[in-house]
Amino acid sequence: MTDAAQLARARRRASLRRGWATFRSSRSGLVGLGLLGVFVFVAVAAPLLADPNGLSLTRAPGGVLEPPSSEFWLGTDDSGRPVLTLLMFGARVSLFVGLLATLISMVIGTLVGLVSGYVGGWLGQLLLRLTEWFLVIPFLPLAIVLASVLGASLVNIALVIGVTSWPATALLIRSQTLSIKERAYLERARVLGTGRWHQISRHVLPNVLPMVFANTTLTVAIAILSETTLSFLGLGDPTRVSWGSMLEDAYSVGAITTGSWWFFIPPGVCVVLIVLAFILIGQALETVLNPRLRGRR
Amino acid sequence: MTSSIAVEQAGSGSAAAGQSRLRGGYTGFVLGRLLTAVGMLGFVLVTNFFLFRVLPGDPARTFGRGRFTTPEQLEEFNRTYGFGQPIGEQFLTYLGNIASGDLGLSVSTRAPVSELILDRIWPTLLLVGTSTLLATVLGVWLGVNQAWRRGSGFDRSSTMGALTLYSMPEWWLGMVFIATLAAGVGPLPRLFPTGGLHSPGVDPSSFAGVLDTAWHLTLPVITLTLAYLADYALIMRSSLLDEIGEDYLTTARAKGLRDVTVRNRHAVRNALLPTTTLIALNLGFVVAGAITVETVFSIEGLGLLAVEGLRGPDFWLLQGTFLVASAAVIVANLIANLIYGLLDPRVRT
Repeated sequence: MTDAAQLARARRRASLRRGWATFRSSRSGLVGLGLLGVFVFVAVAAPLLADPNGLSLTRAPGGVLEPPSSEFWLGTDDSGRPVLTLLMFGARVSLFVGLLATLISMVIGTLVGLVSGYVGGWLGQLLLRLTEWFLVIPFLPLAIVLASVLGASLVNIALVIGVTSWPATALLIRSQTLSIKERAYLERARVLGTGRWHQISRHVLPNVLPMVFANTTLTVAIAILSETTLSFLGLGDPTRVSWGSMLEDAYSVGAITTGSWWFFIPPGVCVVLIVLAFILIGQALETVLNPRLRGRR
Repeated sequence: MTSSIAVEQAGSGSAAAGQSRLRGGYTGFVLGRLLTAVGMLGFVLVTNFFLFRVLPGDPARTFGRGRFTTPEQLEEFNRTYGFGQPIGEQFLTYLGNIASGDLGLSVSTRAPVSELILDRIWPTLLLVGTSTLLATVLGVWLGVNQAWRRGSGFDRSSTMGALTLYSMPEWWLGMVFIATLAAGVGPLPRLFPTGGLHSPGVDPSSFAGVLDTAWHLTLPVITLTLAYLADYALIMRSSLLDEIGEDYLTTARAKGLRDVTVRNRHAVRNALLPTTTLIALNLGFVVAGAITVETVFSIEGLGLLAVEGLRGPDFWLLQGTFLVASAAVIVANLIANLIYGLLDPRVRT
């Protein structure tokens, strides 16, 4: 290994350490990270923590809408399934859809942003118009239309959310790209005769990626909220229990008006906590990446 | 739910991006924005047309679902809506139908979609209008006070409150309100109706009817106001924080102006400009709120109509409501942009 590579690695490690120190100084960021840790643990360990039989409609262990007891800590739903078990498996759906949708949204947003910012010309203008269009068009009606055309499945829901939520990322990447494009080192790279692809992949992308990363956490938050809303409207995967589908169930069997609070309060609280966790982490990451914001929050 | 926080970050970029390339005065700016809006509307029409045409199967069957008992009726349907023609001609027929206000026939209710939409527009306007108005006023007030006293106990607690509201599906908040204030919990009486817009047997145009409607709308309006308010407060807070370190505020203070004057006459005025853009960009969020809150409170407005179209599935209805919602947001966005251009000459370039 050459000296230069070692030096670069040492620098990278030092900047990571500095970043972590800044992140740690944000108490809300740590709270967010802790909350997320709990949800990820529960989602991964769900089959060990709870009996998967609790998801079955036919072998449900409890009675209909039983209130919380020592046997069922959060009561049962309208088919006698323990709400706690449903919640744990619901965490998997929320995280899976949230992350997959974010991946799709980030790839589209970064590509469109990079190309429209760096290549410019008619293609750049066209992509910019497309971005503006997606930014203005109301998300939910478009998602409803797309979801009902595509059909209900977990991957389709993620696809619908990903395809409708990239424009904010694209604009962010575009404005970053535009400013990086004018810097001296890129001019030097151009003078040295490097190709466009090399400039983008080696010089522009590494500088834009931190912004993409900070933006990611917010996109996950929004994707999870969207998944919940789409499932509530009946567009979710009918074979999977998610927090949104639990709330749809609770609403349609009238748990709201009959006082079966254990059926609809816990899923909502879970959604709020997990979304809040991502937002808090995102804000703390922003202060790490953008020194101008320090002391603001 | 849209991405107001994400949009907030991208805001500065998009404000620049949204600028028309036409140079010159306000007229050029208006023309540029008008052109953009027309382009967007055109793209909505194209999307609407092709999305529903890629659906597999015979359109007469998808759209008609057993409506047609005789071959003549089927023939008539295909001729009116252009099915069976080449795709180019179909598109022209579709454009012609929309231009003449024909949005097709709802399968479930067997009524023209345009009539259904016109019937349902008022409850939505009332609900969304009231909530938006309340949320803008309260949200801006909250954001200004948070930013001006940044780091204070008030700022910390109310920002955390706004973030929590932002993380909350607005329809779930509505469900909690129904369960506590409308269904009654323990000693709490039933203060509000659980849904709907009128009590049965009350004439909506009489004075008692108006009061009755207001009573029915209280919980939905509070729900939507809280949902929108969080968004507006967060945007306003962040816009004002961007202004706070600026030199012109130091100058204003050095002139001996009072703190309130510095805030209201100098800082807030400038911070309101980016807020306007972001609020305009977030109008899609308003539509989403209307859809879900109308569903939870069973208010027969456009949002519930879209959900009915979805449940059918009634594709004509879906198509029509998507078109109307998109057009409304595009027009509102255009108006906001034109006002912005009047307020801030810098964006006209």
